[in-house]
Amino acid sequence: MTVSLPRTLVIGGSAGSLDVLLQLLPSLDPACRLAIIIVLHRKSDNETLLSDLLATRSVLPVKEAEEKDLLRPGMVYVAPADYHLLIEPDGTLTLDYSEKVHYSRPSIDVTFSAAAEVFKERLACLLLSGANTDGADGLQMVQAMGGVTAVQDPGEAEVAFMPRHAMTVMQVDRVLKQKEMAEWVMSL
Amino acid sequence: MKEHVHHLKDEEVNILLNDLLEQYGYDFTDYSFASVKRRLQRVYINDRFPSFAEFRYRVIRDSTYLTYLMEQITVNVTEMFRDPAFFQALRKQVLPVLATYPFIRIWHAGCSTGEEVYSMAILLQEMNLLHKSVIYATDINESVLEKARKGIFPLAYMQQYSQNYLQSGGQHDFSRYYAANYEYAKFSESLSEKIIFAAHNLVTDRSFNEFQLIICRNVLIYFNKDLQDKVLHLFSESLEQLGFLALGAKETLRFTTVAPLFKPLAQKEKIWRKIAT
Ligand SMILES: C[S@@+](CC[C@H](N)C(=O)[O-])C[C@H]1O[C@@H](n2cnc3c(N)ncnc32)[C@H](O)[C@@H]1O
Repeated sequence: MTVSLPRTLVIGGSAGSLDVLLQLLPSLDPACRLAIIIVLHRKSDNETLLSDLLATRSVLPVKEAEEKDLLRPGMVYVAPADYHLLIEPDGTLTLDYSEKVHYSRPSIDVTFSAAAEVFKERLACLLLSGANTDGADGLQMVQAMGGVTAVQDPGEAEVAFMPRHAMTVMQVDRVLKQKEMAEWVMSL
Repeated sequence: MKEHVHHLKDEEVNILLNDLLEQYGYDFTDYSFASVKRRLQRVYINDRFPSFAEFRYRVIRDSTYLTYLMEQITVNVTEMFRDPAFFQALRKQVLPVLATYPFIRIWHAGCSTGEEVYSMAILLQEMNLLHKSVIYATDINESVLEKARKGIFPLAYMQQYSQNYLQSGGQHDFSRYYAANYEYAKFSESLSEKIIFAAHNLVTDRSFNEFQLIICRNVLIYFNKDLQDKVLHLFSESLEQLGFLALGAKETLRFTTVAPLFKPLAQKEKIWRKIAT
């Protein structure tokens, strides 16, 4: 059953990560067969603006993640504001309105962990710039389940705290500079 | 790795779900698996069970623990006037229609601790409709209903709620609706007079009345497609012709089997009107 699920990349980011995405998404190969999920911290009231903004730059189609969407290769899904994003065993998406995690909803840990459970070694997760501890627990889970883990190079990140925190609690597989990211994604 | 020791397997989740069904009649098998698993996982870790067997034993043997577990599985997070635009749409597009009826019956399904219901009562009172209304507010969970009946919410949230209220078109000073006492705000009994809080399980219980407005927000997201359809049929059967159905911000009738029975009234605010049976 796992075989029919697309290979998936989840990117988590907080303060200072929007620019990274705005540079990464245009530089991907349109033939990319990954399903890409983006979980970004933001104020809860700017609604669907984020997916619209990312869509203007991305070579791959971008949509806001909706209840029961089936993950498809070559698509970018953006977690909506004010809901956590979970993944069902059959590769469909579920939104969840439960307590904030690390003061955040959507939380990166929540989606990283949920994806790890489902995709196991067919998953890669990338943690970007931020001033929060979100993402580190989730990355550990991803690694434990056989997936690939990466963080943005804290030396380059606008806010180094989040990727650095992950690096202090675990051995991440890759530390990526902005200019290395597109190639890394395409190698997955 | 530490969290790996306390990692529930999918099979173990299914065993627990089966126990809850056989032992207590609570059927979570058509809930979103990812959500239920995450909630059970949280409890398993927080309560530091040394093994799955001991977790399971506790669930089967201890009915007070069950109450707590139920509360944990069914997410109870809620707010007053959450999504102000939705409440504005109720004010502008729904309540003026209901106002023309001699008697108004509303059902809040999955009302949790009641914040949404009190918000509704405030709207009705402001439009001078509360006296001829009755609101049935139901949830699967007795303990949240107990809190809802009291109408006491943390004072610390009032600033946010007041902001939501004003954004929804509220004209008054929000503090007129509650009495502040230490850390708590107790909402006026004139609001709760017309609310009936009662246990109702959307999975197993039937329709119990006919309504002109049913509000069920952020509950269907926890159900799988089949269960969503089943519950939407229950709502459709419980609505009068031209009655209103309101769902949560990320929920929709699109792609469901009841879609042909409804027409959208306020698409963004997720309000539909029943046009056929
Ligand atoms: C996230 S809360 C939503 C509260 C509120 N409607 C809102 O949107 O803010 C979900 C509620 O649905 C209730 N619920 C879950 N399963 C249910 C069922 N089978 N029948 C009735 N209520 C249920 C839970 O107990 C919880 O209180």
